Amino acid sequence: MSGHTDMVLVDENGMRIDGRTEEQHRPIKIEAGVLNNADGSAYVEIGKNKVLAAVYGPRECHPRHLQNPQKAIVQCKYNMQAFSVSDRKRPGPDRRSIEISKIISEALEKVVLTELYPRASIDVYIEILQANAGTRCAGLTAASVALADAGIPMRDIVPAIAAGKADGHVLLDLNKEEDNYGQADVPIAIIPSTDEIVLLQMDGNMTREEFDHAIDLAVNACHEVHDIQVDALKRRYSKPAQEESE
Amino acid sequence: MERRNARQTREIVVPGEVLDGTGMKPGENAYVQDGKVRASVMGVRNVFQNTVGVIPLRGCYMPTSGDTVIGIIVDIGPSNWLVDICAPYPAPLHVNEVPWKVEFGDTSRYLGMGNVVLLKVLSVDESKKIQVTMKDSGLRRIQGGRLVKISHSKVSRVIGKSGSMISMLKNMTDCRITVGQNGMIWIDGDDENADVAVQAIKMIEAQAQAGNLTDRVKEFIESKLPQSEEEEYEEGEE
Repeated sequence: MSGHTDMVLVDENGMRIDGRTEEQHRPIKIEAGVLNNADGSAYVEIGKNKVLAAVYGPRECHPRHLQNPQKAIVQCKYNMQAFSVSDRKRPGPDRRSIEISKIISEALEKVVLTELYPRASIDVYIEILQANAGTRCAGLTAASVALADAGIPMRDIVPAIAAGKADGHVLLDLNKEEDNYGQADVPIAIIPSTDEIVLLQMDGNMTREEFDHAIDLAVNACHEVHDIQVDALKRRYSKPAQEESE
Repeated sequence: MERRNARQTREIVVPGEVLDGTGMKPGENAYVQDGKVRASVMGVRNVFQNTVGVIPLRGCYMPTSGDTVIGIIVDIGPSNWLVDICAPYPAPLHVNEVPWKVEFGDTSRYLGMGNVVLLKVLSVDESKKIQVTMKDSGLRRIQGGRLVKISHSKVSRVIGKSGSMISMLKNMTDCRITVGQNGMIWIDGDDENADVAVQAIKMIEAQAQAGNLTDRVKEFIESKLPQSEEEEYEEGEE
């Protein structure tokens, strides 16, 4: 957002540096149930982002003072590995990861049927193995697949994707260069069945028209991400059935 | 019994997926939004009369009153024990709910840490406070044998239609088997037989989605225990 570059992020044909058009997201790969010891898990690749999410619970809430006698709480921990970025990231929670943990757990709390499990806690762990802009969206995308994989009752699966502005163009799913040298970044997560927004942030500057356009782009893309999430979950259970029929 | 599973295709649904938009009622693990019934967990779509619900594929055990469960004592208080029954909540077993007369503070003489007990869920209230009891026929402290933990959603497969699977397991392996609703299974028998029973149960858990499971498990046990009674009987016929 702050840096300056001579790089042409969007050329005269509307092509971006990684060969995408303005309205194209990076290739997405999702796999559900990759970990044995967690109750639910998912692995997500969005472009060069690699994210692992694991879910435990619902289980007894510790520390006790966080318990809510009416509903379960969703505790999320977003963590970047030291090797996830090109300069080593100093391990441990920092201001940024605490913020992301908070917004992701709030987004997930909106879809999980927390009132079914009073006093319990649902723990979500998100590990960023490799980062290339848009990890909070990738993390939330992975976390919601992991929650569904853990068999936790929820209204819907939450997809998330960012839109933004670079070189004066409104772009979908910014990569690292576009994020660093662009003018704005708007991550969005929605509930696909109702199009409710459960996460919306904005970093940088945009006009009202550009913002509306960015939201439209991201909401449409969220539905595409959602289809990939659903496919990943169904694939997990259709595999043994295929082997059986063979 | 063979093909009844196949009467409808086993359709896997994920949370948020529309189960029905034509006015059916929401069953288990389903909710209504804008007149459409949607799934709330990942599982298999299940239609029963005019309700549509989801049979979950995974998920944690939620006790309901009347369930028979196997638990492990994890804490001892002066007038109760805390039992881990693989639920999200602790299950206290009060001294009034055991078949012995226990004096205050004398609880550890009867049940110690790590002891395994067969219990019944007495009640689960609105705030999910659980009460369990050991005062019923057959409920007791379990000694000897071995414990197997499986996912609670696979328990119905281990038991089978009207107990077909479990009775076959018991007969063929000659083991005493008790299945708790929470996914804890206790097996007691000869080492060799019990080994096979454990493997068979693990196999049921792994292949729970597959059809014709009873026959496959039967085949499996026959291959492992050729000297089992049924086999001998068949040989005798020949």
